[in-house]
Amino acid sequence: MPVIEIAGKQINVNEEGFLTNYDQWDIDVAKELAKQIEIPMNEERWKIINFLREDFKTQGETATSRRIQTVGGVPVKEQFALFPKKPAKKMAYIAGLPKPKGCV
Amino acid sequence: METLTKPILVPNFGADNSDRKLAVICSKGNLDMAYPGLILANAALGEGIETMLFFTFWGFDMITKSRMNDLQFSPAGNTAMHLPGHDMRIPQAIMPAPGMTSVATHMLKKQIADLDVPEVPDFLDQIVAAGGHLWACRMSADMNKLTMNDLREDVEGIISASDFIEMTAGAQLLFI
Repeated sequence: MPVIEIAGKQINVNEEGFLTNYDQWDIDVAKELAKQIEIPMNEERWKIINFLREDFKTQGETATSRRIQTVGGVPVKEQFALFPKKPAKKMAYIAGLPKPKGCV
Repeated sequence: METLTKPILVPNFGADNSDRKLAVICSKGNLDMAYPGLILANAALGEGIETMLFFTFWGFDMITKSRMNDLQFSPAGNTAMHLPGHDMRIPQAIMPAPGMTSVATHMLKKQIADLDVPEVPDFLDQIVAAGGHLWACRMSADMNKLTMNDLREDVEGIISASDFIEMTAGAQLLFI
Protein backbone atom coordinates (compact mmCIF):
# COMPACT_ATOMS: atom_id res chain seq x y z
CA MET A 1 0.00 0.00 0.00
CA PRO A 2 1.26 3.50 -0.83
CA VAL A 3 2.57 5.93 1.76
CA ILE A 4 2.22 9.65 1.15
CA GLU A 5 3.54 12.68 2.96
CA ILE A 6 0.98 15.21 4.13
CA ALA A 7 1.46 18.06 6.57
CA GLY A 8 4.93 16.72 7.34
CA LYS A 9 3.65 13.24 8.21
CA GLN A 10 3.91 9.87 6.55
CA ILE A 11 0.37 8.59 5.93
CA ASN A 12 -0.82 5.19 4.74
CA VAL A 13 -3.41 5.25 1.98
CA ASN A 14 -5.12 2.67 -0.24
CA GLU A 15 -4.62 2.36 -3.99
CA GLU A 16 -7.15 5.17 -4.56
CA GLY A 17 -5.70 7.55 -2.01
CA PHE A 18 -8.15 7.11 0.91
CA LEU A 19 -6.45 6.99 4.32
CA THR A 20 -6.28 3.52 5.81
CA ASN A 21 -5.28 4.30 9.39
CA TYR A 22 -7.84 6.17 11.53
CA ASP A 23 -5.18 7.42 13.94
CA GLN A 24 -2.92 9.04 11.35
CA TRP A 25 -5.55 11.72 10.70
CA ASP A 26 -5.59 15.13 12.30
CA ILE A 27 -6.91 18.60 11.46
CA ASP A 28 -3.80 19.59 9.53
CA VAL A 29 -3.98 16.43 7.44
CA ALA A 30 -7.69 17.08 6.76
CA LYS A 31 -6.95 20.64 5.64
CA GLU A 32 -4.38 19.32 3.19
CA LEU A 33 -6.73 16.60 1.89
CA ALA A 34 -9.48 19.18 1.36
CA LYS A 35 -7.04 21.35 -0.56
CA GLN A 36 -6.18 18.43 -2.86
CA ILE A 37 -9.82 18.17 -4.00
CA GLU A 38 -10.43 21.91 -3.98
CA ILE A 39 -12.89 22.01 -1.11
CA PRO A 40 -12.58 25.23 0.95
CA MET A 41 -13.18 24.20 4.54
CA ASN A 42 -15.57 26.24 6.70
CA GLU A 43 -17.65 25.73 9.82
CA GLU A 44 -20.44 23.78 8.11
CA ARG A 45 -18.00 21.47 6.39
CA TRP A 46 -16.02 20.85 9.60
CA LYS A 47 -19.29 19.98 11.35
CA ILE A 48 -19.84 17.11 8.91
CA ILE A 49 -16.22 15.94 9.02
CA ASN A 50 -16.29 15.91 12.83
CA PHE A 51 -19.57 13.99 12.82
CA LEU A 52 -18.09 11.40 10.45
CA ARG A 53 -15.02 10.96 12.69
CA GLU A 54 -17.10 10.55 15.84
CA ASP A 55 -19.66 8.27 14.19
CA PHE A 56 -16.95 6.00 12.79
CA LYS A 57 -15.55 5.57 16.29
CA THR A 58 -18.79 4.04 17.54
CA GLN A 59 -20.11 2.40 14.34
CA GLY A 60 -16.89 1.09 12.81
CA GLU A 61 -17.97 2.19 9.35
CA THR A 62 -18.34 5.43 7.45
CA ALA A 63 -21.75 7.09 7.69
CA THR A 64 -23.72 7.30 4.43
CA SER A 65 -25.36 10.52 3.20
CA ARG A 66 -28.61 9.17 4.62
CA ARG A 67 -27.09 8.74 8.08
CA ILE A 68 -25.42 12.17 7.97
CA GLN A 69 -28.94 13.54 7.43
CA THR A 70 -30.87 11.45 9.95
CA VAL A 71 -28.26 11.21 12.72
CA GLY A 72 -25.85 14.05 11.93
CA GLY A 73 -28.63 16.53 11.17
CA VAL A 74 -27.24 17.84 7.86
CA PRO A 75 -29.81 17.54 5.04
CA VAL A 76 -28.78 15.71 1.87
CA LYS A 77 -29.35 18.86 -0.16
CA GLU A 78 -26.85 20.75 1.95
CA GLN A 79 -24.31 17.93 1.66
CA PHE A 80 -24.49 18.21 -2.13
CA ALA A 81 -24.08 21.99 -1.91
CA LEU A 82 -21.06 21.73 0.41
CA PHE A 83 -19.31 18.82 -1.33
CA PRO A 84 -20.55 18.97 -4.94
CA LYS A 85 -21.03 15.95 -7.22
CA LYS A 86 -19.82 13.12 -5.00
CA PRO A 87 -20.51 14.25 -1.44
CA ALA A 88 -20.28 10.89 0.34
CA LYS A 89 -16.88 10.04 -1.10
CA LYS A 90 -15.45 13.54 -0.74
CA MET A 91 -16.55 13.80 2.88
CA ALA A 92 -15.11 10.37 3.69
CA TYR A 93 -11.82 11.31 1.99
CA ILE A 94 -11.36 14.50 3.98
CA ALA A 95 -12.37 12.71 7.20
CA GLY A 96 -9.66 10.13 6.56
CA LEU A 97 -12.18 7.29 6.45
CA PRO A 98 -12.99 4.52 3.94
CA LYS A 99 -15.68 5.11 1.32
CA PRO A 100 -19.14 4.36 2.78
CA LYS A 101 -20.21 0.75 2.18
CA GLY A 102 -23.98 1.15 2.39
CA CYS A 103 -26.09 1.43 -0.77
CA VAL A 104 -28.30 4.22 0.57
CA MET B 1 9.44 -2.08 2.10
CA GLU B 2 6.97 0.75 1.66
CA THR B 3 7.98 3.56 -0.62
CA LEU B 4 6.87 7.14 -0.48
CA THR B 5 4.45 8.03 -3.29
CA LYS B 6 4.94 11.44 -4.84
CA PRO B 7 3.05 13.50 -5.76
CA ILE B 8 0.25 12.85 -3.26
CA LEU B 9 -2.12 10.10 -4.41
CA VAL B 10 -5.60 11.69 -4.68
CA PRO B 11 -8.78 9.73 -5.48
CA ASN B 12 -10.26 10.48 -8.86
CA PHE B 13 -13.60 12.12 -8.11
CA GLY B 14 -14.22 12.62 -11.82
CA ALA B 15 -14.29 15.79 -13.80
CA ASP B 16 -16.99 18.16 -12.60
CA ASN B 17 -18.25 18.55 -16.13
CA SER B 18 -18.90 14.84 -16.73
CA ASP B 19 -21.90 14.55 -19.04
CA ARG B 20 -22.98 11.04 -18.01
CA LYS B 21 -26.78 10.87 -17.60
CA LEU B 22 -29.07 8.16 -16.28
CA ALA B 23 -32.78 7.74 -16.97
CA VAL B 24 -34.79 5.33 -14.83
CA ILE B 25 -38.25 4.24 -15.95
CA CYS B 26 -40.28 3.08 -12.95
CA SER B 27 -43.20 0.96 -14.20
CA LYS B 28 -44.03 -1.15 -11.13
CA GLY B 29 -46.13 -0.22 -8.12
CA ASN B 30 -45.35 -3.17 -5.87
CA LEU B 31 -43.33 -2.20 -2.82
CA ASP B 32 -40.48 -4.57 -3.65
CA MET B 33 -40.22 -3.33 -7.24
CA ALA B 34 -40.34 0.34 -6.25
CA TYR B 35 -36.95 0.10 -4.58
CA PRO B 36 -34.48 -0.99 -7.30
CA GLY B 37 -35.04 2.18 -9.34
CA LEU B 38 -34.83 4.42 -6.28
CA ILE B 39 -31.66 2.81 -4.98
CA LEU B 40 -29.92 3.02 -8.35
CA ALA B 41 -31.08 6.59 -8.99
CA ASN B 42 -29.87 7.63 -5.55
CA ALA B 43 -26.52 5.92 -6.10
CA ALA B 44 -26.11 7.62 -9.48
CA LEU B 45 -26.81 11.04 -7.96
CA GLY B 46 -24.21 10.32 -5.29
CA GLU B 47 -21.71 9.77 -8.10
CA GLY B 48 -22.50 13.15 -9.61
CA ILE B 49 -24.54 11.74 -12.50
CA GLU B 50 -27.53 13.71 -13.79
CA THR B 51 -30.55 11.48 -13.12
CA MET B 52 -34.14 11.51 -14.32
CA LEU B 53 -36.95 9.23 -13.21
CA PHE B 54 -40.02 8.59 -15.36
CA PHE B 55 -43.06 7.09 -13.62
CA THR B 56 -45.40 5.11 -15.81
CA PHE B 57 -48.21 2.56 -15.46
CA TRP B 58 -48.16 0.96 -12.01
CA GLY B 59 -45.08 2.99 -11.13
CA PHE B 60 -47.40 5.99 -11.08
CA ASP B 61 -48.47 4.93 -7.58
CA MET B 62 -45.01 5.91 -6.31
CA ILE B 63 -45.72 9.60 -7.00
CA THR B 64 -49.51 9.69 -6.52
CA LYS B 65 -50.22 11.38 -3.18
CA SER B 66 -53.20 9.18 -2.28
CA ARG B 67 -51.29 5.94 -2.95
CA MET B 68 -47.59 6.53 -2.37
CA ASN B 69 -47.77 5.71 1.35
CA ASP B 70 -49.57 2.45 0.77
CA LEU B 71 -47.47 0.41 -1.66
CA GLN B 72 -47.76 -3.28 -0.94
CA PHE B 73 -45.84 -6.46 -1.43
CA SER B 74 -47.49 -9.74 -2.33
CA PRO B 75 -45.59 -13.03 -2.21
CA ALA B 76 -48.14 -14.59 -4.60
CA GLY B 77 -46.52 -15.64 -7.84
CA ASN B 78 -43.04 -14.93 -6.48
CA THR B 79 -41.34 -18.32 -6.32
CA ALA B 80 -38.17 -16.77 -4.88
CA MET B 81 -40.05 -15.73 -1.74
CA HIS B 82 -38.77 -17.45 1.38
CA LEU B 83 -38.90 -16.70 5.08
CA PRO B 84 -36.38 -13.95 6.01
CA GLY B 85 -33.06 -15.47 6.97
CA HIS B 86 -34.12 -19.00 6.01
CA ASP B 87 -34.16 -21.11 2.88
CA MET B 88 -37.66 -22.31 3.73
CA ARG B 89 -40.33 -21.49 1.18
CA ILE B 90 -44.01 -20.98 1.84
CA PRO B 91 -46.17 -23.00 -0.59
CA GLN B 92 -47.56 -20.82 -3.37
CA ALA B 93 -51.02 -22.26 -2.78
CA ILE B 94 -51.42 -20.38 0.51
CA MET B 95 -49.99 -17.06 -0.74
CA PRO B 96 -53.37 -15.62 -1.85
CA ALA B 97 -54.87 -16.27 1.62
CA PRO B 98 -56.52 -13.26 3.30
CA GLY B 99 -54.03 -11.14 5.21
CA MET B 100 -50.98 -12.58 3.47
CA THR B 101 -50.22 -9.39 1.53
CA SER B 102 -50.45 -7.27 4.63
CA VAL B 103 -48.18 -9.58 6.64
CA ALA B 104 -45.63 -9.75 3.82
CA THR B 105 -45.74 -5.96 3.34
CA HIS B 106 -45.19 -5.41 7.04
CA MET B 107 -42.24 -7.82 7.08
CA LEU B 108 -40.61 -6.25 4.03
CA LYS B 109 -41.05 -2.72 5.41
CA LYS B 110 -39.38 -3.77 8.64
CA GLN B 111 -36.43 -5.37 6.82
CA ILE B 112 -35.96 -2.21 4.75
CA ALA B 113 -36.23 0.07 7.80
CA ASP B 114 -33.69 -2.07 9.67
CA LEU B 115 -31.15 -1.10 7.00
CA ASP B 116 -32.01 2.58 7.54
CA VAL B 117 -33.37 2.73 4.00
CA PRO B 118 -36.25 5.23 3.86
CA GLU B 119 -39.86 4.57 2.88
CA VAL B 120 -40.71 5.36 -0.75
CA PRO B 121 -41.95 8.98 -0.26
CA ASP B 122 -38.97 9.85 1.96
CA PHE B 123 -36.64 8.20 -0.52
CA LEU B 124 -38.03 10.37 -3.32
CA ASP B 125 -37.52 13.42 -1.07
CA GLN B 126 -33.88 12.44 -0.75
CA ILE B 127 -33.52 11.86 -4.50
CA VAL B 128 -34.95 15.29 -5.28
CA ALA B 129 -32.72 16.87 -2.61
CA ALA B 130 -29.75 15.24 -4.34
CA GLY B 131 -30.75 16.86 -7.62
CA GLY B 132 -32.85 14.12 -9.22
CA HIS B 133 -35.72 14.99 -11.58
CA LEU B 134 -39.17 13.36 -11.41
CA TRP B 135 -41.43 13.14 -14.46
CA ALA B 136 -44.88 11.59 -14.85
CA CYS B 137 -46.20 9.71 -17.87
CA ARG B 138 -48.98 11.41 -19.86
CA MET B 139 -50.80 8.22 -20.85
CA SER B 140 -50.82 6.88 -17.28
CA ALA B 141 -52.18 10.20 -16.00
CA ASP B 142 -54.93 10.20 -18.64
CA MET B 143 -55.88 6.56 -18.02
CA ASN B 144 -56.22 7.16 -14.29
CA LYS B 145 -57.74 10.63 -14.73
CA LEU B 146 -55.00 12.20 -12.63
CA THR B 147 -53.53 15.70 -12.88
CA MET B 148 -50.52 17.46 -11.38
CA ASN B 149 -52.68 18.19 -8.31
CA ASP B 150 -52.77 14.47 -7.53
CA LEU B 151 -48.99 14.09 -7.68
CA ARG B 152 -46.09 14.96 -5.41
CA GLU B 153 -45.29 18.67 -5.60
CA ASP B 154 -41.76 17.98 -6.84
CA VAL B 155 -42.91 16.14 -9.98
CA GLU B 156 -41.73 18.51 -12.70
CA GLY B 157 -44.42 17.70 -15.23
CA ILE B 158 -46.64 15.20 -17.00
CA ILE B 159 -44.99 14.45 -20.30
CA SER B 160 -45.44 12.17 -23.30
CA ALA B 161 -43.22 9.22 -24.08
CA SER B 162 -41.65 11.14 -26.95
CA ASP B 163 -40.91 14.13 -24.69
CA PHE B 164 -39.14 11.76 -22.33
CA ILE B 165 -37.14 10.13 -25.12
CA GLU B 166 -36.13 13.54 -26.42
CA MET B 167 -35.16 14.75 -22.95
CA THR B 168 -33.00 11.71 -22.23
CA ALA B 169 -30.90 11.88 -25.39
CA GLY B 170 -27.52 10.33 -24.66
CA ALA B 171 -28.58 8.97 -21.26
CA GLN B 172 -28.10 5.42 -20.07
CA LEU B 173 -31.50 3.91 -19.49
CA LEU B 174 -32.97 1.48 -16.98
CA PHE B 175 -36.46 0.03 -17.29
CA ILE B 176 -37.79 -1.37 -14.04
